[in-house]
Amino acid sequence: MYEKLLLAVDGSENSLRAANEAVKIASLNHQCQIEIVYVVDYSKSKNDILHAQGKEELEFSRRKKLTPVEELFLSKNITYKVSILRGEPGPTIITHVNANDYDLVVIGSRGLNSLQEMVLGSVSHKVVKRVNCPVLIVK
Amino acid sequence: MLSIERIKLNEVYKELLERMKKEWFSNVRADILAGAVVALALIPEAIAFSIIAGVDPMVGLYASFIIAVTISFVGGRPGMISAATGAMALLMVPLVKDHGLDYLLAATILTGIIQILFGVFKIAKLMKFIPRAVMIGFVNSLAILVFMAQVPHILGESMVTYLFVAITLVIVYVLPRFVKTIPAPLIAIIALTAVTLYAGIDMKVVGDLGGITRSLPDFFIPNVPFNLETLAIIFPYSIALAIVGLMESLLTASIVDDMTGTDSNKNKESKGQGMANIITGFFGGMAGCAMIGQSVINVKSGGRGRLSTFVAGLFLILLIIIFGDLVVQIPMPVLVGIMIMVCIGTFDWSSFTYLRKAPRTDAFVMLATVIIVVATHDLSKGVIAGVILSTIFFVAKIAKINITEKVINNNIHFDIEGQLFFASVEDFIDAFDFTVIEKNIVINFSESHIWDDSAVGAIDKVIMKYRENNNTVMIEGLDSTSKKLVEKLTIYQHSNII
Repeated sequence: MYEKLLLAVDGSENSLRAANEAVKIASLNHQCQIEIVYVVDYSKSKNDILHAQGKEELEFSRRKKLTPVEELFLSKNITYKVSILRGEPGPTIITHVNANDYDLVVIGSRGLNSLQEMVLGSVSHKVVKRVNCPVLIVK
Repeated sequence: MLSIERIKLNEVYKELLERMKKEWFSNVRADILAGAVVALALIPEAIAFSIIAGVDPMVGLYASFIIAVTISFVGGRPGMISAATGAMALLMVPLVKDHGLDYLLAATILTGIIQILFGVFKIAKLMKFIPRAVMIGFVNSLAILVFMAQVPHILGESMVTYLFVAITLVIVYVLPRFVKTIPAPLIAIIALTAVTLYAGIDMKVVGDLGGITRSLPDFFIPNVPFNLETLAIIFPYSIALAIVGLMESLLTASIVDDMTGTDSNKNKESKGQGMANIITGFFGGMAGCAMIGQSVINVKSGGRGRLSTFVAGLFLILLIIIFGDLVVQIPMPVLVGIMIMVCIGTFDWSSFTYLRKAPRTDAFVMLATVIIVVATHDLSKGVIAGVILSTIFFVAKIAKINITEKVINNNIHFDIEGQLFFASVEDFIDAFDFTVIEKNIVINFSESHIWDDSAVGAIDKVIMKYRENNNTVMIEGLDSTSKKLVEKLTIYQHSNII
């Protein structure tokens, strides 16, 4: 079964659903190593800094976004590692995945319609297209 | 001994060399590419900000070249882009209008000196006390003012002017979805300048507002009388420029810190910016500071090291020397379109949610900052007013004191809850009823803290007033620092304090 698993998380509802599926897969194999990846989005940096009173508060609020996912893993006794990366979410996840050998990438999908996708760009689509390993997209 | 010292010195050199290597040459390829992209984006902005300030485009272009190159060596935040900026240009408008370019250059040099002093005396660190409501108000009013400065260039001009602004906006917003490698504003400039030249459309161009000199800047001393009168004229501008420049730079540095996940030296940045402004003043450039938009472009394009900032400055002046004759042909509406894009990017659009969700006082401070800046056209006034307002609100919030009264076994107990200091003593005294006669009164401070002499004075006054009617007063629950203060200052017997 899958031994090295990457779970991409952005703190949203659908990333929590993705985490649920990752837990199911991980519980099949005790050897399974899970890495939870959160990308600090370049285009949100200015906004985040402007609205946070200091670095510590900002770091804390980002960390808080991961808490529901971390709690889920803790409650199932699954060991995990958190990595916080910086950049544009899609390309950053892709480079990170392709630089390390993962057996599976689990990622949530926002379920955008085609217009939103044209304007916003789908992170999960980009990831599927360009990583060199299987991807599980969770709706 | 000597050899040990020599080894130590060697280590210092090694470390310095190591750091230089890391800050300059650890990311060469990406730094050069990102620097080139930034240079292209800097040119229209430097020209537009010169026009805002009311000076020749060369003043902004030289400033951008010199500040970027200088700060690449002496700045505290590798990868950050500093150049001529809108915030600074807006502050200079009255000075240039009333006294001319030489006074602006003198003010630029003085700005640099003040910023170095800010760095030396570590005042730069105090910038963290600027509340976020003021920061948000600052970027919003900056965006509004730069936008307002664009309006006269298009209003009342021909239909073609409006059309060109619209086409520019479409290009800069739609094209990046398809073409990622070449910056869209550059495409808009090249395409629309070419169209105007070939079709011979008669339109206001950059050249109508000032010339482009295709040469490197020269050193000269600003032609102003060296007396107190001059100082009196430039000093208010310099201090405003120093504060606003530092504020925007430190905000930008925090953003770059966050994007790259690294730290930076804020006092070094302040001193570095001071040096950059002094040099630019002597070479005919206007005062500048870090630019949020350009720094974000730099990091996004892969720029991380000092080399990227250096290349941005150098490439900018090379482009001007080579293509200067074409730059004057850029139609003003295209420049205006690009500046509208810059404003939209600068404005903090989440402010509308902020107004609804933030505490009422914060929302008020943000709005007040914006309104004062837009009314006075002076960013520094809005910032200072915003800081003062939030300080007052903070004091008012913390000065709320709660006093509950209850009667236990014929004794009157007062529980004090809150901070007791100069701003809260009045409410404190007013809460007591001094008409009682011959009672035992206990005042409990366990939920309170005594901060200053006025607090101790107020306690004394309360005790004194109660004693006039033969009451006994006991004070209890003081924490140890409060107790020390009360014991040191109170003129009444200590036996009252438990």
